[in-house]
Amino acid sequence: MADVMTRLEPDTRAAARGLSDLSIRNLFIIPTIAFLIIFNVFPLIYSLYTAFTDYRASTSAPANWIGLGNFRELLNDPNIWRNFTITAKYVVISVTGQVFVGFGLAMLLNRPIPLKGLITTLLLLPMMLSPAVVGLFWKLLYDPSFGIINFFLGLGKFEWLADPQMALWAVAIVDIWMWSPFVMLLSLAGLSAVPKHLYEAAEIDRAGPFYTFFRITLPLVAPILMIAIIFRTMEAFKTFDHAYILSTQPTTELIAIRLYKMAFLEWQTGMSSAFAYIVLIVVVAITNIYVKYLNKAKAR
Amino acid sequence: MAEVKTKGEVIFNRAAIVAVLIALVIMLTPIFWIGATAFKPRNLATTAPPTVFFEPTLSPFAKLFTKRSQLREPVDEATYAAAPWWEQLIYDGGESVVRNKKTGEATSSGYGNRYMNSLIVSIISTFLAVSMGTITAYGFSRFRVPGEQDWLFFILSTRMLPPIVVAIPMFLMYRAVGLYDTHVGLIILYTAFNLSFAVWIMKGFIDEIPREYEEAALVDGYTRLQAFRKIVLPEALTGIAATAVFCFITAWNEYAFALMMTSRNAQTAPPYIPSQVGSGLSDWTVIASGAFLFLLPVAIFTFLLRNHLLRGMSFGAIRK
Repeated sequence: MADVMTRLEPDTRAAARGLSDLSIRNLFIIPTIAFLIIFNVFPLIYSLYTAFTDYRASTSAPANWIGLGNFRELLNDPNIWRNFTITAKYVVISVTGQVFVGFGLAMLLNRPIPLKGLITTLLLLPMMLSPAVVGLFWKLLYDPSFGIINFFLGLGKFEWLADPQMALWAVAIVDIWMWSPFVMLLSLAGLSAVPKHLYEAAEIDRAGPFYTFFRITLPLVAPILMIAIIFRTMEAFKTFDHAYILSTQPTTELIAIRLYKMAFLEWQTGMSSAFAYIVLIVVVAITNIYVKYLNKAKAR
Repeated sequence: MAEVKTKGEVIFNRAAIVAVLIALVIMLTPIFWIGATAFKPRNLATTAPPTVFFEPTLSPFAKLFTKRSQLREPVDEATYAAAPWWEQLIYDGGESVVRNKKTGEATSSGYGNRYMNSLIVSIISTFLAVSMGTITAYGFSRFRVPGEQDWLFFILSTRMLPPIVVAIPMFLMYRAVGLYDTHVGLIILYTAFNLSFAVWIMKGFIDEIPREYEEAALVDGYTRLQAFRKIVLPEALTGIAATAVFCFITAWNEYAFALMMTSRNAQTAPPYIPSQVGSGLSDWTVIASGAFLFLLPVAIFTFLLRNHLLRGMSFGAIRK
């Protein structure tokens, strides 16, 4: 009887009481899979079709099959490459910022500190709140005349969002503020898992703080830090909410924003479907890497 | 970390605590500023230098829920005295409530409706995602599923899709079947989005429940479904609650789908609140009060969730 529960083949209990395990398994799993296929996969198949047409959702004109026309036009469009460059720059700035701030905070917090639990929870607040609503509020914080950022930094009338060069940084800073807590949260878990005896041994060997950090702390936290970095890279690549609300500058037109404008403001449905597929391929590739690392972390 | 011993380490530790407190102040200032602005009189919201100390007022909230128009001249004293407290607050700001010509009732702004929409959509989609997610997680946790890893990857990958990529075909389909700008339409999208998360997290929680419990129940004559209902579900309750709160927060905060799939009828608060920032002089106190009421539930939930945040944010991969 002992092996009854241990991942038996579902059909071996078919003769037992009530519903067979096989039917329970199917009853429990198939609706979810079906739901996801209907509402995620099917739409994507549909848009794969529109990607090869010149369809515009704003007109009643029927869709014409134009083959690879959309893809050819997109990949030859320097503006699209500019959107990719902007996004890449944005991803690098915000993920790097998040790693430094988040990991730094985790290092600071990884010691006996009064009210540590409360402080940690408070530090995590920014990532839990709505990016659209909080992002909107940064408009007021960044305001050149009465924003508190210029006031506290003593920057006078510094233009954060109106300056085309600065705007991308301003958007990235909001992302860093919002998501450093995420890197901090994961790093803290990594740091607390480093065995204490390693530090004790290092101390006996009179290892300096740099040696301890680079030879003990960093290598042992690296796997979890890696998860944080990949996840944030993927999310930053998809950034839409606060970037769209904060800035209308062409210099902050991230891929998601361009895609949104193309699909819902310019109504180039066919073209935007093709663009969406290019984006999708990138996201699926990063997801693949991400899941690989997640499973590795799970196995530990 | 090793215990603090030498004098140098004591000093270093103190410095670290000071640094943490400074970081805390910096991180919380934007949130504090939303809260402060929500209780400011309008003329103090945008001042240079910024106003930190002020007498709090509820007038932003009175304005938030009503449609108003600018008063050309102050109202007479009798009208003012007869008005309820919240209307007096609006008069104080030099505005008057727009009233329905026939009934004389105050017209409400869109905020209340949008807030209700957010509640309806978030609660129903959370319920659906968590209930479906829990049973599916049980299925994956306890039974042998052919191609299990591939299915789990498929489920997670639906979560990673950028909303805009899904929204383009969904918009066309919704428009064709009349689901555009409906609660049902948004609930379906949010359920799909949260379902994959719920499966992954709940699988972790259910994996942790010893199989021996169900085994014993089966020996005692329970059917598999009874064992699931009476043994597994109660054991998984904390996990279910944590998952539900996570799903609720995700749906509550969601902006992109709501922006693209709704316009008036089913619009939730996240696209509505930014739309209040006009091109002209915006009343930031009203925007802040709207944001404040909207963010408050999530802030409270964050404290309830604090021990599960790590697990939730890493899709159940990292737990303590």
